[in-house]
Amino acid sequence: MSLRIVVTVKYVPDATGDRHFADDLTVDRDDVDGLLSELDEYAVEQALQIADEADDAEITVLTVGPEDAKDALRKALSMGADKAIHVEDDDLHGTDAIGTSLVLAKAIEKAGYDLVISGMASTDGTMGVVPALLAERLGVPQVTLLSEVSVEDGVVKGRRDGDSASEQLEASLPAVVSVTDQSGEARYPSFKGIMAAKKKPVQAWDLSDLDLEAEEVGLEGAYSAVDSATERPARTAGTIVKDEGEGGKQLAEFLAGQKFI
Amino acid sequence: MAEVLVYVDHVDGAVRKPTLELLTLARRIGEPVAVALGNGAADTAAALAEHGAVKVLTHEAAEYADYLVVPKVDALQAAYDSVSPAAVLVPSSAEGKEIAARLALRIGSGIITDAIDLEAGDEGPVATQSAFAASFTTKSRIAKGTPVITVKPNSAAVEAAPAAGAVEALAVTFSAQATGTKVTARTPRESTGRPELTEAAIVVSGGRGVNGAENFPIIEALADSLGAAVGASRAAVDAGWYPHTNQVGQTGKSVSPQLYIANGISGAIQHRAGMQTSKTIVAVNKDAEAPIFDLVDYGVVGDLFDVVPQLTEEINARKG
Ligand SMILES: Cc1cc2nc3c(=O)[nH]c(=O)nc-3n(C[C@H](O)[C@H](O)[C@H](O)COP(=O)(O)OP(=O)(O)OC[C@H]3O[C@@H](n4cnc5c(N)ncnc54)[C@H](O)[C@@H]3O)c2cc1C
Ligand SMILES: Nc1ncnc2c1ncn2[C@@H]1O[C@H](COP(=O)(O)O)[C@@H](O)[C@H]1O
Repeated sequence: MSLRIVVTVKYVPDATGDRHFADDLTVDRDDVDGLLSELDEYAVEQALQIADEADDAEITVLTVGPEDAKDALRKALSMGADKAIHVEDDDLHGTDAIGTSLVLAKAIEKAGYDLVISGMASTDGTMGVVPALLAERLGVPQVTLLSEVSVEDGVVKGRRDGDSASEQLEASLPAVVSVTDQSGEARYPSFKGIMAAKKKPVQAWDLSDLDLEAEEVGLEGAYSAVDSATERPARTAGTIVKDEGEGGKQLAEFLAGQKFI
Repeated sequence: MAEVLVYVDHVDGAVRKPTLELLTLARRIGEPVAVALGNGAADTAAALAEHGAVKVLTHEAAEYADYLVVPKVDALQAAYDSVSPAAVLVPSSAEGKEIAARLALRIGSGIITDAIDLEAGDEGPVATQSAFAASFTTKSRIAKGTPVITVKPNSAAVEAAPAAGAVEALAVTFSAQATGTKVTARTPRESTGRPELTEAAIVVSGGRGVNGAENFPIIEALADSLGAAVGASRAAVDAGWYPHTNQVGQTGKSVSPQLYIANGISGAIQHRAGMQTSKTIVAVNKDAEAPIFDLVDYGVVGDLFDVVPQLTEEINARKG
């Protein structure tokens, strides 16, 4: 039987751009170029490798996001995923992590799955909680923050490098996995991949397709509220010296003046 | 006064510093009730009482070490049910965030992660967070349910505030999901004898400019002269020069020390995300145009192989 892999990917504002908040204090997605979150490329990569090892596997990439989030799906398809699902609805604007996990879980169930693979965190929100929330909602094991992952005979195994120890983990499918940027470089889409992606199916679902009500999501449905966002004042320009043989001593003098020595 | 649940991060009974910081913040909102799980849980009580815990709920079971995350969620939920707290505070580690998120979902609450400050407010606790690689500061609160908030290390000063700290055994029934993900092997990280990266008052980091694992002792010697932790950029980690546990930045540790010294690090946005909130920032880089110099209080344009050893020698000389 085919191994059904769903990879959750997020469309995020480019971290090297001038990211900021919109007037309603949601992440401004209009003024900054967006892209497939780099950390989700690692999830797509591991899905492709797991699919390669399996006799028969199908990779669906799933995103919840605005119109332009299609770009993220296209990128994942051009890397080699088989098909895509785009959950898009005007009422989704401002959805928080709890709400996003609800929409993703509904979509994953509707799509059918044996294995969900997520990134370690989104590069805009950087919460790193959606995979755990998905496991809780789906009622399946969470095997998260893996720097190494493999699937064999219906069992997923992986290594999680934690603060105090490195752990080997194991769980039966179905399961939710998340992978770190230590899991291995993501491939670049080939020209052939880019051409092929244009013909791959992208399904569009809205809230009604998932039996969800507008009040359950969006800014109104959010469980957390941002009351203010202020730009951090630029750091006051510091002293910069050129080393002409005494740079280390000058630095020591500065540190002593600041009472660090 | 309302009770505030504080999840205790400890190693075999030794309470880690971020938990003591949480107790300081918890006291701004209510009376801290600590939850300590796993091997040595009861041994945490003295330190927790010393820092303001009125009660310490403990539970030991093999499940906490043998299975991932869910047993701890079950226990925290049991504590939540028995206390009905005004808020739940959890240290912002990778695991802490996962535990907090699952608890929030179960109790129908919202979650705020990576708070760097916490105050009581009219509509519940107000959390300060950094966004977009610390270029913005936001204030948020939970709109529905009991606030569940994870707090980053170094967000508050540890304060002694002796309280009863009465130990009570927590009754925990594990859920069907508790044993879903088995930990089949565990290799503890070797201690370097240096301070914990996220907790250190001073961090000395090396990047691609260090140019090889064999040169990292130069960085370590400077760190040791200052009693500092050692950090590394992703470029240095990816090259295999230093362990990933020491990586500072978006996909490594986020640090907020009194002093951060960046050596041979350009200051890419993803690196800055992990160190920009440091109090004083110092850099040594041979490229005067490196973006790290936009952040510094003091910068030396020069070769780190000249500057860093001279600095270390000078510090050691001044210490006598
Ligand atoms: C999704 C994602 C996540 C990332 N996460 C992280 C992260 O968590 N942490 C992180 O650090 N990066 C992260 N990065 C990578 C980041 O973008 C940079 O590539 C990285 O920080 C560069 O490291 P560096 O500054 O050491 O190297 P470089 O950018 O190559 O800079 C090296 C610097 O050393 C200087 N130098 C060279 N030789 C000497 C010398 N002898 N003396 C003095 N100076 C010298 C050079 O002038 C240069 O400025 C991430 C990237 C992505 C896409
Ligand atoms: N809107 C979204 N659409 C699809 N996947 C998402 C979305 N938000 C988060 N994810 C997934 O959850 C992971 C962790 O995100 P976060 O908890 O927001 O940091 C990401 O790497 C994605 O795999």
